[in-house]
Amino acid sequence: MTMTDDPPALAEPMRDEGVARHPQKRKRVRNPASWVRGGGLSNLIFLAPMLIVFAVFSWGPIVQSVVMSFQKTNLVTPAVFVGFDNFAKVLADPNLGTAIVNTLYFAGLALVFGFPLPIILAVLMSEVKRGKGLYSALAYMPVVIPPVVAVLLWTVFYDASPNGVFNVILGSFGIPPQPWLQSSATAMPSIVIEATWAAAGGSIIIYLAALIGVPPELYDAAEVDGAGIWRKIWHVTLPQLRGVLFIMLILQVIATSQVFLEPYLFTGGGPNNATLTILLLIYRYAFQNSLGGAYGEATALSLMLAIFLGILSFAYFKLTERWSTN
Amino acid sequence: MEHQLTAGVPTDLSRIERPQMSVKKSKRRESLDDLADRGVLSGFDRKRPGVKITMSAVHVVLLVGLVVAGLGPILWLAKAAVTPTQDTLRQPFALWPHGIDWANLSTAWNDIHIDQYFLNTIIIALGSWFFQVLVATTAGYALSILRPKYAPILNGLVLATLFIPAVVLLVPLYLTILHPPIIGTSMLNTFWAVWLPAAANAFNILLVKRFFDNLPREVFEAAKTDGAGPFRVFWSIVLPMSRPILGVVSVFAIIAAWKDFLWPLLVLPDPAVQPLSVRLPAVQSQTELDVFLAALAISTIIPVVLFLVFQRLFLRSAGLGGAVKG
Repeated sequence: MTMTDDPPALAEPMRDEGVARHPQKRKRVRNPASWVRGGGLSNLIFLAPMLIVFAVFSWGPIVQSVVMSFQKTNLVTPAVFVGFDNFAKVLADPNLGTAIVNTLYFAGLALVFGFPLPIILAVLMSEVKRGKGLYSALAYMPVVIPPVVAVLLWTVFYDASPNGVFNVILGSFGIPPQPWLQSSATAMPSIVIEATWAAAGGSIIIYLAALIGVPPELYDAAEVDGAGIWRKIWHVTLPQLRGVLFIMLILQVIATSQVFLEPYLFTGGGPNNATLTILLLIYRYAFQNSLGGAYGEATALSLMLAIFLGILSFAYFKLTERWSTN
Repeated sequence: MEHQLTAGVPTDLSRIERPQMSVKKSKRRESLDDLADRGVLSGFDRKRPGVKITMSAVHVVLLVGLVVAGLGPILWLAKAAVTPTQDTLRQPFALWPHGIDWANLSTAWNDIHIDQYFLNTIIIALGSWFFQVLVATTAGYALSILRPKYAPILNGLVLATLFIPAVVLLVPLYLTILHPPIIGTSMLNTFWAVWLPAAANAFNILLVKRFFDNLPREVFEAAKTDGAGPFRVFWSIVLPMSRPILGVVSVFAIIAAWKDFLWPLLVLPDPAVQPLSVRLPAVQSQTELDVFLAALAISTIIPVVLFLVFQRLFLRSAGLGGAVKG
């Protein structure tokens, strides 16, 4: 695996390296030969892959995004510094309000449906005595299906004709066919249902792992105090999970506010921009722009979203700090 | 969140990883079911008639629900893949009223060139896996075991990228691919454009470093006294000991590569190098429904088979993701 890195150092006498590492810590030697013998070179060789990929593909672009948000750049003409113009332009865009409302709507619906469901399922599943592996495998199955395949398959399920898969199921309960993705009223809830189905398995496995960590003595103690099943869940299970619950909640908010794949593939932001999310708007600025990529506006909006999420997470952790530590 | 990360990880890692290293296979299987000695319900609770009936009902509902939600869509897709379009549209739940159409599968494979996109997906997944493992192990080794004086600074810089939402990177990273530093020529339409950014993954480095931190130091000291240099220690001691964590990183890497949509969509505009996830939505409009569903089914096979074969590794990894998050 690291064959490319190996030869230069294997050629060196190994014994010297091993012995020389310790003295190096006591007296600081500055000349290159002892730096190599002290392990300085091999340290760098091991760090090189990380330093290169992070510098080029992570740290660099992060810095660049801040710079670019203050520039007008379309890759053809040289970049010009324009101050806060990009931010002003983005804030004046009438679509931004729609995108924010839609994203909040998606995040809110996903929270109401998608957050409690895996907790309930995990608590129930953890009470299963035999075949827990089968239950977990079944629950995790939707996570294994590639998201693109899942969305395309659900597009077929959401067929608005009376013979569509879901409409047939609803029909068997006597419910009239729904327009699903075709109407601006039902499009977003439809997307949320699919997203919840796709993500629940991952959360269930995480909660199951956390439930294993609940000390059984706590339940024994609660029983001695006369607690019933519901009080045990309320006073033992949930408080014991609160660390995981707090983290999962904010991670879900961060993830859902950056939703892209589902609205992009299901509806492309339609009908009538009813599913246009912030990330879709960023994508449109940068990559679906007939006037050439508005990279400055796109990065400005990304940066504003990131800063908002940063402040939100910070406030959230300050707020929950007191409750999450024992 | 930083507090949570540092506080949660070491204990959880050791809890989840250690048994892997010492306990034999047969025992491990049991432990999945038996880890929780008891949950909310006590033995006494389970014997109460009301609880007994409710729990049996809950089991049935849970199992049916999980089968419908977890297995249902996959089974329907498998059925629809070999069903003529008209049958799927008119009677989505009928089992082959007009016979099975096996030709869908071969049409999808040959005429829509699913074979080519399948190969591209595998190349992307394997390359991303290789570079992620290379970067994570070398960096983890350097930061945890070699530990030069500047290691904490680098570690901080890597961890910091965990708090940057992915959306910030989108546009500047895309421009980096168009105009990479030093090389000069665009990486657009090359697999490098997917492999290398995937390798800049702070989460992997965090996982591997935490694992290395928990390895017994004495082994490395002994090897050093026996004259092994840092490369020998890495290759012959650290890597063989880190198989459990490499399994976890591999699962994350391959799944992420198989799922990724937006990034390959941006940097691989040429259909000849596109993976399934990008190609499937593109061919949807020009493909007949039955053949398209066959293509979806083919794209799902590998992830599902991988999951069924490496089920425990998948579920352990998913739980571990939560352990690090929580």
